[in-house]
Amino acid sequence: MNKNLTWKLALIVGILLAFLLGIFGIPKSFSKQGLLASMTDRIHLGLDLRGGTHLILQVQVNDAVNVDSDNALETLKEQLRTKKINYAEITKPDPKSNPDRIVLKGVPPESRSDLLTIVQERLPEYEATPGPENTWVVSMKPQMLADLKNKAVTQAIETIRNRIDQLGVSEPVIQEHGLGEYQILVQLPGIDDPARVKDIMQSTAMLEIKQVLGGPYPSEQAALQDKGGVLPPDAILLPGHAAPGAETEGQAWYLVSRVSAVSGKDLRDAQPSRDQNGQPSVSFTLTGEGGQRFYNFTSAHINDSLGVVLDNKVQEVANIKDSIRDRGEISGGRMNEQQTKDLSMILRSGALPAGVKYLEERTAGPSLGADSIRAGVRAAVIGMVAVLVFMLLYYRGAGINADVALILNLIILLGFMGYFGAVLTLPGIAGVILTVGMGVDSNVLIFERIREELRNGKTPPSAVDQGFSHAWITIVDTHVTTIVSAAILFIFGTGPVRGFATTLTFGLLANLFTAVFVSRVIFDWILTRKQRGEALSI
Amino acid sequence: MEFFRNPNIDFLGKKWYFLAFSLVFSVAGVLSMLFWHGVPWGVDFRGGTLVYVKFSHTPDENAIRSELDRAGLRNFKLQRLGALSNNEELIDLDVRETSEQALDQGKLKIIQALETHAPAGKADLNNASSFTFKNFLMEKDPLHLGTDADQKYTAQAQAIVNFRDKVQGGVLGSIDQLKGVVEPAVVAALSDGFFVSDFGVRDVAIVGPQVGGQLRKQAFLATVYSLAGMLVYLGFRFEWIYGIAAVVTVFHDTLITVGAFSLTKTDISLTVIAAILTLIGYSNNDTIVVFDRIRENIKLMRREKLSDIVNRSINQTLSRTILTAGLTFLTVLALYLFGGEVLHGFSLALVIGILIGTYSSIAIAAPILVAYQDWRLGRGKRAVAVPSKAK
Repeated sequence: MNKNLTWKLALIVGILLAFLLGIFGIPKSFSKQGLLASMTDRIHLGLDLRGGTHLILQVQVNDAVNVDSDNALETLKEQLRTKKINYAEITKPDPKSNPDRIVLKGVPPESRSDLLTIVQERLPEYEATPGPENTWVVSMKPQMLADLKNKAVTQAIETIRNRIDQLGVSEPVIQEHGLGEYQILVQLPGIDDPARVKDIMQSTAMLEIKQVLGGPYPSEQAALQDKGGVLPPDAILLPGHAAPGAETEGQAWYLVSRVSAVSGKDLRDAQPSRDQNGQPSVSFTLTGEGGQRFYNFTSAHINDSLGVVLDNKVQEVANIKDSIRDRGEISGGRMNEQQTKDLSMILRSGALPAGVKYLEERTAGPSLGADSIRAGVRAAVIGMVAVLVFMLLYYRGAGINADVALILNLIILLGFMGYFGAVLTLPGIAGVILTVGMGVDSNVLIFERIREELRNGKTPPSAVDQGFSHAWITIVDTHVTTIVSAAILFIFGTGPVRGFATTLTFGLLANLFTAVFVSRVIFDWILTRKQRGEALSI
Repeated sequence: MEFFRNPNIDFLGKKWYFLAFSLVFSVAGVLSMLFWHGVPWGVDFRGGTLVYVKFSHTPDENAIRSELDRAGLRNFKLQRLGALSNNEELIDLDVRETSEQALDQGKLKIIQALETHAPAGKADLNNASSFTFKNFLMEKDPLHLGTDADQKYTAQAQAIVNFRDKVQGGVLGSIDQLKGVVEPAVVAALSDGFFVSDFGVRDVAIVGPQVGGQLRKQAFLATVYSLAGMLVYLGFRFEWIYGIAAVVTVFHDTLITVGAFSLTKTDISLTVIAAILTLIGYSNNDTIVVFDRIRENIKLMRREKLSDIVNRSINQTLSRTILTAGLTFLTVLALYLFGGEVLHGFSLALVIGILIGTYSSIAIAAPILVAYQDWRLGRGKRAVAVPSKAK
């Protein structure tokens, strides 16, 4: 054997070992179970095979914009009042589709520069543009608006991740979903009943403590009537539960202050506990700054009522008997123990900056995954054996060569997956099977060419040489086109489809090496052992 | 062994037969898409709810249908999956609601409708999650563990679910089957809170219409980009006419494959689109092999007519074309026959596509080259379609 060939053989054996290491790592035991365990440790199974939940969430980014522009509107009002600028009306005409637009009507022309200064100094993220008839539109700068929306998505991902982590889901995927605007992809392996997780993720957990100005009323109309048809400008109506023992059972309405005394941001901790009646409750503590504000508020409102508002629903109403600094409780006997645990966890993880809506939900039960693995592996083995046997029958000696290359191809493919931490899905298994079918194409191309050259009277060494060099360009072309298809699939696809694109691409890349390089080395090795003029088994 | 030794078939002479064959199939497919079955978008693209159910006995489809009807569900499709003995049914609910409540409702309603003999206040053993089991056990505390029961009951709940889903395939016949899997006291307690239905839900997909539309757009774009990628690559490697011929060929394959799905009313899911994109790559492989040979032969046989060169090239590569198509077909057939129900549409697309893709590289791509040449000759232009970048 010549030196060059020895080198190449050593390289092939080295690569084989490296990729075997990629598949199995260093197994703890060499039993079947041990090998299988170390394999699944390195090659991760997709949700469709191991069971789990896949969700796509839409972040209602306009919520976050509305919060910001509500604050801006309040600031603007206050500034206009202190600067003594007259105006007829200030509104947000279209909070649904243009949540950042504040319209100011009836501003006298001489106040123009004052208004501009206010916006410039107090609302740097906004800009004021004059319209007809002394109307001004104060809206967010486009760049700031985009930033705010993106920030809402990032924050939502962060918050949801906090919550999921506390649920103890292993290896969750929580990331921005590239296919739609402001969407989040959540994958939860092993969760086959998403109802509870969905509730936990979706809860915006906006906690506020507000002053209760009136109520409970049995309906919104009743509240309006009580106030003479018009709500006070600094108050809003929120739904809640009727106090126990009240005349109205179930739903009730409360008139509460628009501005909150403290909000979720001021929360330091929340823990499940029991209230004085022994019912499950959630007790929370406030940060130093929040506590100070709460102290000021409660001191000023002794004998008034305060309401604990969660996600715009009044959870509890209590009388302020004394100044409170940093403690509060949500009880009311409406929650069981699990619910108080969940709620305190949600509160600890922080509020979502905007609501989320579910767009897609897929749950694969583990029983289906197990069946799919069985069926996929069976199909792969049958397809593979059929191809191997056929190559042996059709090409005899060279068939062994092709079979060795094909098996090496599979080992490299799986090793790749192990090294890259790629995810194996059911279509991914199909990709492995397809790689076998398509990979053998390169061998057939080369072998057919060698046969042709032999028929044309070439000697075996020159026929092998010609066969490989002619087929090489064709093989590159065919591989490139398939990999282009797979790459596009990878970019556009998610989950299972992506797994398919991954195995197909890795498989074809490995095939370039095995069908061309490895197969050539084997041919060269056979040729060096043959006498001059001896026929090649192909 | 050798199947083809020096074949010499006049493929180009049969181009009218090929054309007729392709026309019949593509027109049939297009007509079906336009006037008959439409494009059978699966739940991924259409939006709706898909529930995949396994029964413990052979399901009576008529009974299921009337249960679902009684539950007030409209626009549902019932489809048996695989062999009758699999006891598996797919319930496809076409909900085009925009609100997520309506989407969620569909799944709940289906499950409730199928739980025909549900006793009040009891949960379904076959469709409860491990969380439900754990909560129930924590509350009942059949092992009298007191406060630190969390870990133990979590393990017991997990054992129940594992046995049901991994060992029994998702459905239990009775609570007694759990004997030996979990503690006897736990089994006894379970019968207080659970009943056994005759089915288990294996897979649920709920897709909102917004996502459906988004995915349709993505699938369309992916296909177009794929085709454009091929066109550019082949234009770069060969001549533009080769790229155009290849893309027309692949378009023909895609049309016939999608048409076949419409004719057979098989749902087009995400994985089917993946299969079609793979076919775009695969069908191109075949075309490129023939083109490569044409390019090589044009240099060797400068005097001969292009149609003769093309014919010769097809014949020379015929053995390879048939062999690899045959082998790929073999693996795909294994997938179709043994790969399980989830991959049914995917492997069907591949089975059809590989047959059509192989046929078309001989019957469509090569004749386009010759037809282009003839057209140029007719206009008195240079009579060559020799790739300038030929090596």
